[in-house]
Amino acid sequence: MSAPTAIRTLLEVEDLHVHLGESHILQGVSFKVPAGGVTALLGRNGAGKTTTIKAILGLVGRSGSIRLSERELTRMPTHQIVRLGVGYVPEEREIFSELSVAENLKLAERDKKPRYDLVFELFPELQQRRAQAAGSLSGGQQQMVAIARALLNENQIILVDEPTKGLSPLMVTNAASALKRAAQAATLLLVEQNLQVARTLAEKVVVLDQGRVAYTGDVAELMADPALARRYLGVGGH
Amino acid sequence: MSTVILLLVTGLGLGALYFLIASGLSLTYGLMRVLNFAHGIFLTVGGYASWWIAVRLPIGEPWRFLIALAGCMVVGAIVAAAVEVSLIRPLYRRHIEQVLVTVGLALAFTALVQGIFGPDPISYPAPGWTQGVTQLAGANIPNSRLLAIAVAAAVFLLLAAFLRFTRWGLIVRAGVENRSMVTALGIDVQRAFTLIFALGGVAAALAGALGALYFGNIDPQRGTATLIFAFIVIVIGGLGSFTGSVLAAVVVGLLQQFINYYSSVYWGFSAAGDLSVVLLLAVVLLWRPQGLLGRSVG
Repeated sequence: MSAPTAIRTLLEVEDLHVHLGESHILQGVSFKVPAGGVTALLGRNGAGKTTTIKAILGLVGRSGSIRLSERELTRMPTHQIVRLGVGYVPEEREIFSELSVAENLKLAERDKKPRYDLVFELFPELQQRRAQAAGSLSGGQQQMVAIARALLNENQIILVDEPTKGLSPLMVTNAASALKRAAQAATLLLVEQNLQVARTLAEKVVVLDQGRVAYTGDVAELMADPALARRYLGVGGH
Repeated sequence: MSTVILLLVTGLGLGALYFLIASGLSLTYGLMRVLNFAHGIFLTVGGYASWWIAVRLPIGEPWRFLIALAGCMVVGAIVAAAVEVSLIRPLYRRHIEQVLVTVGLALAFTALVQGIFGPDPISYPAPGWTQGVTQLAGANIPNSRLLAIAVAAAVFLLLAAFLRFTRWGLIVRAGVENRSMVTALGIDVQRAFTLIFALGGVAAALAGALGALYFGNIDPQRGTATLIFAFIVIVIGGLGSFTGSVLAAVVVGLLQQFINYYSSVYWGFSAAGDLSVVLLLAVVLLWRPQGLLGRSVG
């Protein structure tokens, strides 16, 4: 019988604090993201999920410690953090509406050989719409661009913030499939309000409540406990 | 008819100078939301650097002027990059301090130039051709205006090609739209900003040399005096809009020239052109606060 393999911690957040104006948004958040697979970051609206993602990237001022593969990120500017292999799919997609689809993707290129084959395999529609202004795409197509930007490069981790927000049911399915494929190539830290999607994709979960970590563990365990799920997520868990 | 043609071309010449100084101002605001009140010093630097080189070069025209022009562009780029790195970068996102420092720099630099070269305008050693005129539809058009238009058109095409076809241009266009997302793609926007600042310095320095031909002299106050109209141009065109700054520069230059001429002829009041530009600014701000080609906020 072989000994169980120790799971390596890829991202470690420790005592993370964020103040925005007068508000103390994150109040000592600590959690670990294991290498491989998908870790969901859940919580009610205003719990601090998006702020946590932005703090990891250095898009908001923060204190505490954030280590990616043992490297401390808190003293690095955002572009250097990203170059360590951090992909980002933002909540509001934040595609460049006045640039074409091709230009949006070109801007995201970091590696010498960007993975256009993977991107166009997942989203063939983007290949057909390369010359189209990204601002004229539908919400679902814009989300494809946002996910494609993160998939173009080899990443250690991809931070995905509410990828299915505002999408049609069909597009939710497509986005979930793309993220499942992305999870084969990189670790995902996924903020998701759609619990069905979170349950399908993630194995581990970190629940935030009012700027603090309220629960960490397996997604299945959380969902199997209706009282816990209702308490932290406002749902029954089934 | 010949008067209208003359006013049209000289107005375009003035618009060309405004465009050269406003283009860099507009791009630096668009990319980093920095309003550089010291941008006029790059024009002054350009004028004095080209004059300094031209009076010392023991060679004939046109090479003397061309070398002076190239030299002033290099000096403009160096001074602009130095200002960005030493004064703007440490104050990034501190808008009040930026205004104070850049206004202070503009005042101090003008005083420095006056201290070194004297407060009075200095006659510029213009090449002979630029002092002549070209007949166009019966109008005698000063060649200095035609040169200013040609150089501004070339700068416009080069900057447009830079923005459209290079990776740096792509970064600038994306940065104007959403700077923080560009950094979240692993791009050092600060380097793009330094480059844009230096390019803005080059264009403004060119305006300084061409302005010296246009007015026949260099003047320590010209940078700050022209900067006021450049600010009006970028607000009318739409803050951060490169194409808007071109359009507004042409409109402002033509309006100023036509009104100045006709108000002088009919009412004996020659400053009405400047007044009309301010009125145009007020009308645009009331009618379309984001400027002609700017994006509305919210």
